Amino acid sequence: MQSSKLYRMLRLGVKSLLLHKLRSGLTMLGVVFGVGAVVAMLAVGEGASRKALAEIKALGSNNIMLTSKQNADDQAASGSRSMVKSYGLFYDDERRIRETFNAVERTVPTKDIRKNTFFGERSAELRIVGTTPDWFELVPRDVIAGRVMLDRDLRSSANICVLTESGARKLLAASRVIGESVRVGPDLYEVIGIVRNVTATGGGRTPDSEVDAYIPINVAKERYSDLMIRRASGSFQAEKVELHRILVAVKNTDHVESVAAGIERMMTHFHPDGDYDVFVPLAVLRAARAQANIWKWTLFSIAAISLLVGGIGIMNIMLASVTERTREIGIRRAIGAKKNQIIAQFLVETVVLSATGGFIGTLVGPAIALIITFMSGIDTVVPLYSILLAVGISMAIGIVFGLYPAVRAANLDPIVALRHD
Amino acid sequence: MTDPPFPTTTPNADSTDPSTGIGSDTRSSNNGLLIELTDLRKTYHMGTQQVHALAGVDLQLGRGEFWAILGASGSGKSTMLNVLGCLDRPTSGTYRLEGQDVAELDDDALSEFRLRHLGFIFQSFNLIPQLTVRENIELPLYYLGWEAERSAEHAGVLADQVGLGDRLDHRPSELSGGQQQRVAVARALANDPPVLLADEPTGNLDSSTSGQIMALLDELNQRGKTIIMVTHERDIAAHAQHRLHMRDGIIDRIERDV
Repeated sequence: MQSSKLYRMLRLGVKSLLLHKLRSGLTMLGVVFGVGAVVAMLAVGEGASRKALAEIKALGSNNIMLTSKQNADDQAASGSRSMVKSYGLFYDDERRIRETFNAVERTVPTKDIRKNTFFGERSAELRIVGTTPDWFELVPRDVIAGRVMLDRDLRSSANICVLTESGARKLLAASRVIGESVRVGPDLYEVIGIVRNVTATGGGRTPDSEVDAYIPINVAKERYSDLMIRRASGSFQAEKVELHRILVAVKNTDHVESVAAGIERMMTHFHPDGDYDVFVPLAVLRAARAQANIWKWTLFSIAAISLLVGGIGIMNIMLASVTERTREIGIRRAIGAKKNQIIAQFLVETVVLSATGGFIGTLVGPAIALIITFMSGIDTVVPLYSILLAVGISMAIGIVFGLYPAVRAANLDPIVALRHD
Repeated sequence: MTDPPFPTTTPNADSTDPSTGIGSDTRSSNNGLLIELTDLRKTYHMGTQQVHALAGVDLQLGRGEFWAILGASGSGKSTMLNVLGCLDRPTSGTYRLEGQDVAELDDDALSEFRLRHLGFIFQSFNLIPQLTVRENIELPLYYLGWEAERSAEHAGVLADQVGLGDRLDHRPSELSGGQQQRVAVARALANDPPVLLADEPTGNLDSSTSGQIMALLDELNQRGKTIIMVTHERDIAAHAQHRLHMRDGIIDRIERDV
C-alpha cells in the first residue's frame, strides 16, 4: 500500500516532467554536469593523492633515516684550515639505537664510497654503498636479475656487489653481467644481482635514489678507510666519517614517531654539535597526505559550485512550474489535498529530476576523468565514495532546492489559486 | 426507490459495494439539519477600508435540499460559497456542517473534511489539463488513498454514469465544454460527498448543454445529494427548491417552492 502510493507519486512526477521534455532535460543538464564535474575532480584529486602516497611509501613508512651531516660551522672552518674533519654517525650510534628501543625491528648501517668502476671497456664513477642484507628488507625493490645480498655474503666478507638499475646503466651492463666481475679501484667484485632503484619522488629523496651499487659493509670498512679525501677547488680536504646513514625499521607504524623522538633525544646527547639529520618518511607522508587532501577538496569545492548552479536551475524551473500550475494546485487543495501532499508532489518532481541528473552525471564524471587522463596524462582514479557522494549530493540538492518552490505551492490560498489563469 | 442510475460507493465505509446507489445513502432519507450558519461574517481589509462580504448570515439547510444562491456581483454570494466550501474561514460567527464546527479544524483537518464531505463544480470546470478524464475523476480517490486498480474501476463507472465512458483516456482539451463539466460532476461525485457545491455550473455553457448539466444536478438531488449552487440566471435558479437572494452581504429574501 505504502509502496504503491510512492510508485504512483513517482509516476505522476515523471509524467509531469515528461510533459516538458526539453525544459526538464535542460534543467537536468545542470545537475548532470555538476555531478560529472564533482566525480571527475575527485578522480583527479584521488589520482594525485594515490600517486603521492605510492611515491612516499617507497621511502618506507615504518622507517627512520639518520644521515651524517657536516656541521655548517665546521664546513666554514675547514676551508681555512687543512685538517681532517671527523663528523657523523658512528657504529656505536647504530648499536645504541638497536639496543635501546624495543620497538625497533632492525637497524641498517650504510657507508658511502665513490669509486671509479670498470666493466669491460666501460668505466664510470659509481656511488657505492656498503650495507647489510637487511637493507633489502627495509628498502624493498624489484629484483631485475640475479639476487640480493644475503647474510652469508656478509659473514664470509664476500667480494660481491649488487648493482642498481642506474649503476647497471652507467656501466652499460645488461643482465648478462650477473656472475661477471666489475673492478672497483684495484678490487674485483662479482655481480650477483641487479635491483631497481626508486629515485627522487614528490615527497623527498628515497634512500636508494643516488646509489649505483651495494657491497657488504664489512668489506667496505676493510678496504676503504673511514677517511675520505675530497678535492675541492684546488685544495684537498679530508674527512672522516664512520657511517653515512643509519636506517631504522620500527615494528609498528604507531611507534614510529615516538621512536624518532627518542632517537632525536639520544643523538642530541651524544652528538651535541648536531652533525646528523633525522628524517621520518611517515611525517612527510602525513604532510603529503594532508596536502593531497587539501588539493582534492579544493577541486571538489570548485566542482560543487557547478552543482550549486545546477540546483539553482532546478529551483528556478520549479518556481516557474508552480506559477504555471497554480490553478492545478488550487483544484487539488479544493478537492482535499493536504499541504504536505502538495509539497510531496513537487518534491518528488525535483528529486526525480536531480537524481536522474545525478545518475547520468556518475556516468559522465568517469568519462570526463578518462578524457583528462587521455589528454594530459594526469592519473585519475574514480573511487566508489565519490560516486555515492555525488548521487547523495544531487538528491540533497533536489530536496533543498525543491523545498522552497514546493512549500510555496502548498501555501497558496486555494481560492486565489483557483481564480488564477 | 427505483434503480439508482448513479452507482457509486461510500469511500468512508470499507464494505460498500461499488454498485450501491447514491439513493441508498441513509443520510439523505433523514431530512434533518445539515448546515447551520449563525451570524456568519466575513470582513476583508482593503487598505484602510473594511469590506463586509458577509455581514451576519443566519441560515439552516436541510439534508437533501437544493439551494440556489442569487445576487448581483459583490453581494457576497461567492464568499458565501467559499465559506460553505471550507475554502475560506469566516471572520466571526459559526458554521456547522453535519454538526462539526468548521472553525475548530486546522488546515489539514479542513482538507480532510473537504475530501470527505464536499464536492465542487466550477464555472470553468477546473479539470487538470495534463491528466486524462479517468485521472481527473480519480483525484479525490487518490487523496483518499484508494488502491490504483479499484480507483480506476470506480472512475470508469462514474464516467459511464455521466455518459463519457468512451472518453476515459481523452484529455480535457479534447472534450466540449458540456463534456468537461460532466467530467467535473463525475469527479465531484467520486468521493460520494453529501454536499455538492456548484459555482455558476452553466456559466460557460450554451443553453442546450446547460440543460443537460441541470438535468444531471436535478437527478443527483433526487437521489439525495444536497446541492448548493451559485448562479445569477433565474431560469437556472428555478431548478432549486430554495432560492436565496443576497444583497450587501446579508440575506435579502428566500423563495421556496412548496
